Amino acid sequence: MKVRAQIGMVLNLDKCIGCHTCSVTCKNVWTSRDGVEYAWFNNVETKPGTGYPTDWENQKRWNGGWERTRSGKLQPKQGAKWRILANIFANPDLPEIDDYYEPFDFDHDHLKSAPEMKAFPTARPYSKITGERIEKIEKGPNWEEILGGEFAKRSQDYNFDGIQKDIYGEYENTFMMYLPRLCEHCLNPACAASCPSGAIYKREEDGIVLIDQEKCRGWRMCVSGCPYKKVYYNWSTGKSEKCTLCYPRIESGNPTVCSETCVGRIRYLGVMLYDADKISEAAAADQATDLYDAQLGVFLDPNDPEVIAAAKRDGVPQDWIKSAQESPIWKMAMEWKVAFPLHPEYRTLPMVWYIPPLSPIQNAAEAGAIASNNGMPDVRNLRIPLRYLANMLTAGDEAPVVTALERMLAMRSYMRIKSVEGVIDEGIAQRVGLTRRTIEDMYKIMALADYEDRFVIPTTHREQVEEAYDLKTGCGFTDTNGCSTGISKGSLFGGSKRPLKMPQEVL
Amino acid sequence: MHNFLFGIYPYISLSVLLVGSIARYERDPFTWKTSSSQLLRRKQLVIGSILFHLGVLVIFAGHLVGLLTPIQIFDALGVSHGAKQTLAVVAGGIAGVSALFGGGMLFHRRWTDPRIRKTSSFADIAILAMLLAQLVLGLGTIFVSLQHLDGHEMTKFMAWAQGIFTFQAGAADHIADVALVFKLHLFLGLTILLVFPFTRLVHMLSVPVRYFVRPGYQIVRSRRSAPRTPAE
Repeated sequence: MKVRAQIGMVLNLDKCIGCHTCSVTCKNVWTSRDGVEYAWFNNVETKPGTGYPTDWENQKRWNGGWERTRSGKLQPKQGAKWRILANIFANPDLPEIDDYYEPFDFDHDHLKSAPEMKAFPTARPYSKITGERIEKIEKGPNWEEILGGEFAKRSQDYNFDGIQKDIYGEYENTFMMYLPRLCEHCLNPACAASCPSGAIYKREEDGIVLIDQEKCRGWRMCVSGCPYKKVYYNWSTGKSEKCTLCYPRIESGNPTVCSETCVGRIRYLGVMLYDADKISEAAAADQATDLYDAQLGVFLDPNDPEVIAAAKRDGVPQDWIKSAQESPIWKMAMEWKVAFPLHPEYRTLPMVWYIPPLSPIQNAAEAGAIASNNGMPDVRNLRIPLRYLANMLTAGDEAPVVTALERMLAMRSYMRIKSVEGVIDEGIAQRVGLTRRTIEDMYKIMALADYEDRFVIPTTHREQVEEAYDLKTGCGFTDTNGCSTGISKGSLFGGSKRPLKMPQEVL
Repeated sequence: MHNFLFGIYPYISLSVLLVGSIARYERDPFTWKTSSSQLLRRKQLVIGSILFHLGVLVIFAGHLVGLLTPIQIFDALGVSHGAKQTLAVVAGGIAGVSALFGGGMLFHRRWTDPRIRKTSSFADIAILAMLLAQLVLGLGTIFVSLQHLDGHEMTKFMAWAQGIFTFQAGAADHIADVALVFKLHLFLGLTILLVFPFTRLVHMLSVPVRYFVRPGYQIVRSRRSAPRTPAE
């Protein structure tokens, strides 16, 4: 057993209102620069839809993630190491910028500089790459917002696999949900595995996956390797960039910008302890539907004395263990089983998890339109097809999604009866395998969602590994190479280097 | 002048190549990159880039082995000078045409595609133009070489190159009487070496061979300096 800690995230899709505050605040902080105008470390997609970049979920097309070979071994779906290097001159799986969208702005200057004309001046779009006029914008960062576009196109959505989808194109049967997406900070990241330069690494102390900008050579294999298409090639700097999980904030105990600013309070951050020795076995599980359970098996119970002892031995700080015990992620993913990984079939063991959304059901059930089961509507009659959610969250296995949705419905009816009629109905909880106490805990964390319940983030103990005195003249975080100390220890031009402590590779 | 261009200029360009590359890697590793433009336009890149790179790699290896291997080794192996030259002309010719064709596609793409043109630096365009000119000159030497297939001319260049690398004073004299196209080819080649550290060409020094030898696929970094003690 090798215990490591990971900052995980859960998004409660049941509460997402699709306001894009997360995307915009993230954009303003991280990607409002040349070369990454098109890149959204966080974006919100309307589902069903083909998403951003178009059709990203379809790995038959993009070859992202991992595949299990016939001999049971795991290798990147775009190929083993020699195959990846053989594609180094031209990557056949790399999306083109048009698969995202050509970044554009509007010619606002024309509004004030236009001469007197018969027609009112307008701000017409121009390309942020070439500066040339774009006659017609063909795509944007959120092109399918609120079911924009015709169903024939949107229904190319990969999650419709195995569903008779035609009826969902009818007005009466249509359904919709939001899917905010960011880097999954996977336990088994395919981007890091695909990087020929070894520039992408996972941090041992908090599991954040980062790209070393000085080591990245722009071989662009990570972009195609990541099945979530959350690594972006900066066409201006020639380096790849990705979500950093706002590590400067996380290190100081603050939530990421997207989480902090989420108006629906749908995001949760917390520590998960996991066994690093089990990763390769879990990711190579035989069937795709085994992967969700296999990943649950990688997590370690932070209340187990054996785990605590092993965690201390492996250098996990005491307050991280305590945070793991109070982790909202642990509760939702492991105790209540209401949160699921996004597309476990990619075998990356992602660490941003989702609570599936309920959809209009109760009103219809009360009106007698939907079959009910012991006073509870049958989740199989949800407006959003179960199979659709299962394709997204459990590689097609509906049973865990059913349990989660039933528990969320049970929480609602339990709390409604409690607050409206003043009756505590323990039976509702028992019917879904929970206790009264658990339901009330779920209500506190999932429905009320106080700040300190959502974000349980211990600070990083850099004081244990570096001298703060050495950092006194450092210049913090820079855009490019402003205050680089270089990687090498030697110094060509004599000046002494600040003894900044760079993280070292561990094998 | 001849002695400067082929006796002293090689040392200038090789020194700049060496010191410049080290300085760039040391002081500005952020700029050390391939500058791939595949994201912006896939068209023409896939075929162009593969033909160009494969061709250039073969040519590069051929020049390295052909020029710097002492002539005695070829003699000991029983490879006649004529056979060596024929091999160089055939292999180099095929690789050169491939590189020229691919490079031409890349240049056309870089020059005419607005996305690539706008995002290209002067160095990006200039170095590609220089490489294309060098390929044309290199292929041009084949016609001269076909005039004398005994390999005699070729041994002059070997003596020159090896003279430069072994610091012999009169190295330039070996190639005093070769055809002009050879001299232009040599001069442009030395100039490419001179500007190498200031262009995107540095990415060829970063061939990711470590990818093969690094254990497994994943990389984990830690701030703890001492490796973690193994489990008891």
